[in-house]
This record gives sequence, C-alpha cells and structure tokens, in this order.
Amino acid sequence: MNHWLRSQLRNIAPFATLLVLIVLFSSASKSFATLDNLANILQQISVTGIMAVGLTFVILCAEIDLSVASVANATGIVVAYFTMQDASVNIANIPLPGGIAIVLALAASVILGCATAFGVTKIGIPSFIMTLAMLQIGAGICAMLVRGQIAYNVPSLITTLGSGSLGPVPWIVIVAAIVLLSGHIVLTYTRFGRYVYMTGGNREAAEYSGVNTKMIIAAVMVIAAVCSGLAGMLGVAHFGSAQQDEFDNYLLDSISAVVVGGTSLFGGQGGIGNTIVGLMVLGVLNNGLDHVRIDSFLKILIRGLILLLALIVNVYAQRMRTRAATTAVGG
Amino acid sequence: MTSGMPLLELRGISKSFGGVAALTDVDFTLRAGEIHGLVGENGAGKSTMMKIIAGVHTEYQGTMTLAGQSVRLRSARDAKSIGIGMVHQELSIVRDLSVAENVLLGMQPVNRFGMIDYATMYRVAGEQLKRLGIDVDPKMPIGALPLGLQQLVEIARVLFSGARIIILDEPTSALSPPEVEKLFAILRRVRSEGTSLVFISHFLDDILRISDTVTIFRNGRRIETAPVPQIDKGWIIERMIGAGHEELEESYTGEIHLHSKPDAPVVMTTSGLSVEGVFDDVSLQVRGGEVLGIYGFMGSGQLELARALFGKLQVERGSISIGGVTAKLNNTTAARRAGMAFVPESRRSMLFHMEPVYKNISISILQEISKLWLRPSAERTIANKHVKTLQIRPPLVDRPLGTLSGGNQQKVALAKWLTHLPKVLVLSEPTRGMDVGAKDDVLKIVKSLREQGIGVVVVSTEPETVLSLADRILVMKRGKITREFAGEVVSKDRLLAVA
Ligand SMILES: Nc1ncnc2c1ncn2[C@@H]1O[C@H](COP(=O)(O)OP(=O)(O)O)[C@@H](O)[C@H]1O
Ligand SMILES: [Mg+2]
Repeated sequence: MNHWLRSQLRNIAPFATLLVLIVLFSSASKSFATLDNLANILQQISVTGIMAVGLTFVILCAEIDLSVASVANATGIVVAYFTMQDASVNIANIPLPGGIAIVLALAASVILGCATAFGVTKIGIPSFIMTLAMLQIGAGICAMLVRGQIAYNVPSLITTLGSGSLGPVPWIVIVAAIVLLSGHIVLTYTRFGRYVYMTGGNREAAEYSGVNTKMIIAAVMVIAAVCSGLAGMLGVAHFGSAQQDEFDNYLLDSISAVVVGGTSLFGGQGGIGNTIVGLMVLGVLNNGLDHVRIDSFLKILIRGLILLLALIVNVYAQRMRTRAATTAVGG
Repeated sequence: MTSGMPLLELRGISKSFGGVAALTDVDFTLRAGEIHGLVGENGAGKSTMMKIIAGVHTEYQGTMTLAGQSVRLRSARDAKSIGIGMVHQELSIVRDLSVAENVLLGMQPVNRFGMIDYATMYRVAGEQLKRLGIDVDPKMPIGALPLGLQQLVEIARVLFSGARIIILDEPTSALSPPEVEKLFAILRRVRSEGTSLVFISHFLDDILRISDTVTIFRNGRRIETAPVPQIDKGWIIERMIGAGHEELEESYTGEIHLHSKPDAPVVMTTSGLSVEGVFDDVSLQVRGGEVLGIYGFMGSGQLELARALFGKLQVERGSISIGGVTAKLNNTTAARRAGMAFVPESRRSMLFHMEPVYKNISISILQEISKLWLRPSAERTIANKHVKTLQIRPPLVDRPLGTLSGGNQQKVALAKWLTHLPKVLVLSEPTRGMDVGAKDDVLKIVKSLREQGIGVVVVSTEPETVLSLADRILVMKRGKITREFAGEVVSKDRLLAVA
C-alpha cells in the first residue's frame, strides 16, 4: 500500500463502507434509494448526530463520555418538568414560561458537564469511570423527576424544533446540521480546536508547550454535556414524550458513529467529517435493514459485528498512520 | 580491613553486543568478606560485567570460578542457587505487591494447605526490615513508598535471599544521605557475617568510604584495582577519565575558562525550592544573556528541578521570581505566561509526531498569533522562518514531524520557543543522543539565544554538555547545590570531583 493510502485508511475505510452499504441496500430493495427514504435516514440520525458532536470533541482528547445518553434523558425530562402538563400526568412539576424552562434545562446539562469535568480534571478520576457514575446520576435525576410517569408537553419552541418542519425539511435535521457544522468550524478553524487535537495527540507535549490541558479536557466534557442536553430536549419533542430510559440506545449509537467514522480512540486524529460519515453508515445500516427482509433479532447482531469491524479498522489505521508518519523520510 | 581468600575469579572476560565490544579481556577477583567498589564512566561496562556474574548474560568469552570450582551459569536462577544475588540499576520491584511480598518475592512462606501464609509473611518481613533499620508497614503497597525506601526494600530482598555474594549496581542513586548511612551500616554488618559485596557507584566519596578494594573500568577494560587506604579521589578520576586518547582527552581534561557575567541583570531567582526526597533548598539566580549549566549525576535532582521551573512538578517549599515578580508556577500554562520555556530531555514528550512541522512550532505561540481563529498562513510563515534560520532538513513545514531525523526534531523543539522569546529557557539534556553535527547546531542556537539576552539554563548529566555550553556552572549532588563555578577555569575532572 502506498504511503498516502496508508495514512488515509481511517478516512477511506468508513467512506468505502458507506458506499458498499448503499449499493447493497439499493440493489436489494426498491424502496431504499428514494428521496423520501433519504429524508427518513437524516431524521433518524439527527438526535444521535447532535450528541455525537460533543462526543467527537471528547474522543479527540483521548477521553470518553459514557453519560451522554443519560444527560440527554435528564435534560429532556427537566424541560418537561418545567412545562405545564395535562391533568392526567401525575407529577408534581413546576410550570414556567417556555424560555425559562429551556434555560433551566440547558443549565442542568451544564451543571452535569461541570461535575464530570471537575471529577476528571480536579479529582483525577478516569473519564471512563467518572462518566459511568454520571450515567447513573443522570438516570437518578430522571427517576426522581418523573417517578415512573410519562410527560408529554415541552415548550413550543422545542416542539417546533423537535417535530416541526421548515417546508419539506424537518427542523431537527437543520439543527443537527448546524450543530455539526459549528463543531467542525470550532475544531478546524479555532485555537481551541487546535488545542483539542494537540491535547489528544500527545498530552504531555501539549503541556510542555504551555497548553492548559486540564482546561481543555474540562471544556470538552461540558461541550459534550450541552450537546447531549440539546439532543435530549429535541429528542423528547421528536418522540412526543419524556420518560425514564427512553435514550438508552443512544449511548452506543453515538459512540459507534464517532468510532465507525474513523476518529481515533487514541485521540488527536479524526473530526466531525469522520463523524458525519459514521452517522451515515449507522443510519443507512439501521434503515436499510428495515427495507430488506431480515430477522429483526439478527439485526442486533449485525450492528454489533459492524461496530467490531470498525474498531479493528480504527486500531489498525492508528498503527498504519504511526508507521507512515515515521517512515516517510525522503519519500 | 584485610581481605580474605579469592572467592570469585573471572579471567579473560570479553562480551560484545551485536559486534560492539562492551567488555574486552577483563580479569576480576572478589575476595571473601570484602566490599569491592567498582567505578567507571557511563558505558564503561560495569553493569555488563556484573550481569555476567549474576547469570543474566550467559554468552561471553572467558572463565569464572567460584571457590576454586569452575562454573558456567545458564541463568539468573542458577546464580541464585549458588548464592549470587544482584540488585539491578533499574528497580525490579512489583509496584502493586505489598512491601512484605516484595521482600520475600519467590520465597513467600506457605501454610500446610499450600496457601501463602500472610501472617507469617508480614511478621518475617517486618522483622527483617527492622533488623535493617527500615521502619515501614510490611502490608503497604510498595509503590506508595518514596523511591529511596523502595530501593532499600529491593536491597533487603537480596540481602535476605541468603546470598554469599551480593552485587549492588548504583544502589544509592535515589537515596537521601541518612538512607545512605543506613545502607552502609547494613553493608558493614553483612560483610562482618562473611558475605562479599560489589558496590557500583558514581559517588566516589561513598566508594572510598565503604569499599575495601576499588576497581576502575574504562571503555570495557579493567584499568586498575587497588586497596582503598592507598588511593584517593584524584587517583580514581585520573584513571576513570584516562589519558592518551587524543580527541577524548580534549573533552575530558581540557580546561575551559568560564566567562561569567556577574553584572548582567538577574532574570530569575529561586529561593529554597524543595521537593521531599528529590531536591532540597535550591536557591539560584539566572542572569539575562547567560547560560547557566546545572550538572549532576543521574538522580541528583537536577532534571526534576528543571521540570519544577516549568510548573510540571509542584514544589513543596520555596519561591520563584521571574523578572522581579514572584511567580506561582501551578501549571505549565502559568509558567509559560510568566516567561518560562522548557525543552524536556525526551523529545517524544515535547513533539507531536503525526502533526506537520509547522503545527509543532506554532503550538506554543498560538496565544500570540490567534485569539479565536487560527491563522495557518501566519503559522507557516513563522515556521518557514525558523526552518531557514535553524537549517531544519528537509525544509518542508507540512511534513509530519515524525519523518525528521532526531537532530532536526530537536531543532523543531527549540524553534517552538524562538518566536515569542521567553525570559528564561530551560533545556534538559539538550544534546543527548545526538551526533556531532547536530550537537554543534544546538550549540549555535543556544549561543544566539544568549546574545539576545535570554537567560538559558542547561541541565545535564553529561559533563561535556554543560562544559561546552555554560558560562557558569552549578553542581548538584543528592538534591542540593554543592558547588558553583564562575569566572574560573574548570575541567571535567574538577566537575566530577565535586559531584
Ligand atoms: N543489552 C544491551 N544491548 C546492547 N548494548 C548494551 C547492552 N547492555 C549494555 N550495552 C552496551 O555495553 C556498554 C557497557 O554498558 P554498561 O555495562 O551498562 O555500562 P555501565 O554500567 O558501566 O554504565 C555500553 O556501550 C552499552 O551501550
Ligand atoms: Mg550501569
């Protein structure tokens, strides 16, 4: 394999996977390759996409956040908690004007993110463990607020963004696109973004260059929590209800999207572009499997296998890239 | 002390690694009940020779006899079974095990069910440690102890293995003076019980204090062996360094006149910097336009001091002032803001190998050239300028850094600090592992920085590095500054004599 190809494996492999899947499903099902279905897919990956942006920052720093889905769920429930519910919903909630409810919900996600940041950078708890605890805390907040009930109402702005459309385009797709684009701009064109890459690429070297890596890591944890919070609010509106455990699948989906897209689990390599491809791979896979006749239990296994394959490519690409970066003298 | 009969004799030992000779035709005799000091510069072959005795290296030429019997060891286990034990230069403790488990590693007491008998183990280990005057809880994980105590525990393990011949390879590098005293008391007691010891150290005062006999190695050969009462430090240094090698002699005994600048303005002052067990009460001044060399053996604390000056290691006591302002260096960002810059000894921990050269150079000045948005063209311009002035090869700023040679990588590491000049630049082992040409280039860069009024601190364990760069030299020994050379003539042997 030539040098360029080797160093680009992490970007090429996910893209090739996406093309193969599209070709495969298009030939297997007539209903797959339609404009309507594309809109479907985009809508299906929007909530995951918003979450995955924050997670991309975290993984680029060589950290992990296992609490994204839980924080999303909690934030979604907080916004519903501060919204007037129908009389049939038996929770002791506190109705407030929509704008205030949204601000409070976002504040909740910021607080959760700050707690994670504090645990990881000040106390020194590995992010894997710290966010596992935050996952449980998020679930606890959800449980306390809804007490097994289901809330249906959220502020009207959230309802519009989560389930409304601008002409033919669902608002949630637009929001996801804006968040992804913002993430990309921050990572690629700002100083903060450079620090994120450098902190993930070689934390010690970043420190020796005078970069405050703890601040960077704290910031990405908060960014992840806020993205999750936004995803959670829109998700609640999108699903039409706020309840315990409704985001459970989104943790695996968002991590998969980032990793399948080729962002390095070792930090410092990848980006939002990769995450977009990863999201499309997952979206096409989930949606495509619905279009072909296949045992629905087998689907779960297939998704697991795809994730495993992506992990193998991820680790392999890291090795290739390292070798390419150190053997190209005079090449 | 008079020494007994020859116990261990090695004759005509030669050993090479991949065609490069590490030992050439070495004879070595260890007598019963003696402490045999072994000295020589780094790479002289001391550790290699001792590893042959301890059964670690089994491929070599020459013969070995123990109490008149010819032996040929096949493994370290073999050596252990005939009573030879070695404490290696690199600690070989198991960090997660308890102190007791480490002391009795491989010989833990078992109960009648074949399970480890913890009660007995803790008691026996505790007693043995107490006999050595080491006061630690045997149940503690050893990783939690300070390095000095870890080293003592490792020594304890070998002492209690029942060995008749004990080799200690630079055992005191991490020990504080009282710990060294403790160790020496132990060694004397072990000797009085008839055990023979080999003691390797860079600290010649220690060697002369504890040894009965001293052997000097140089370039893989044994130069001389003599009983201690007849020799002194100067005699040893002369033989360690050697005369006759034309070009070597230059750097070893060549005299250098230090052109110190007592009138230059002070840019940094430290007073009473201390970190328990690492360095103690370090007070120094750095002047603008001056290169201050700090020299000491491995483990003397100077490399850690360098890290503390850049906020990478937190000092426990003392203060630092930079440009007349007291600076709290809580982290590297604060240090950088206060006007400090640092190039650590390991290039790997300074550079981003997968990233292009220009990003490696610009990382430390991004704060100055961009507030929110990056300006890649400005970054490239700056990088190109440095690539040209420092003659970095190849001169391509978009190349991944990992594709450059070591010397060029080092230049990139320096280039980081050349755009936004710091008040003080600290260089740790700036020329380690570099070829002559690259060393020369680094030398030039440092000199030009000095011209621009920066205070440069060069920290090294290599006397040549300090001698070739510094205008003033501080010598550190066991964490303390013990000597200053300023405005006088200095040579490598004078440096070694006080280190
Ligand atoms: N395992 C090894 N492989 C290759 N070279 C070695 C090895 N061990 C030692 N050497 C080389 O042998 C020489 C003597 O090294 P050593 O015995 O460690 O010296 P000392 O202990 O006196 O500092 C050095 O040049 C060193 O690089
Ligand atoms: Mg050695």
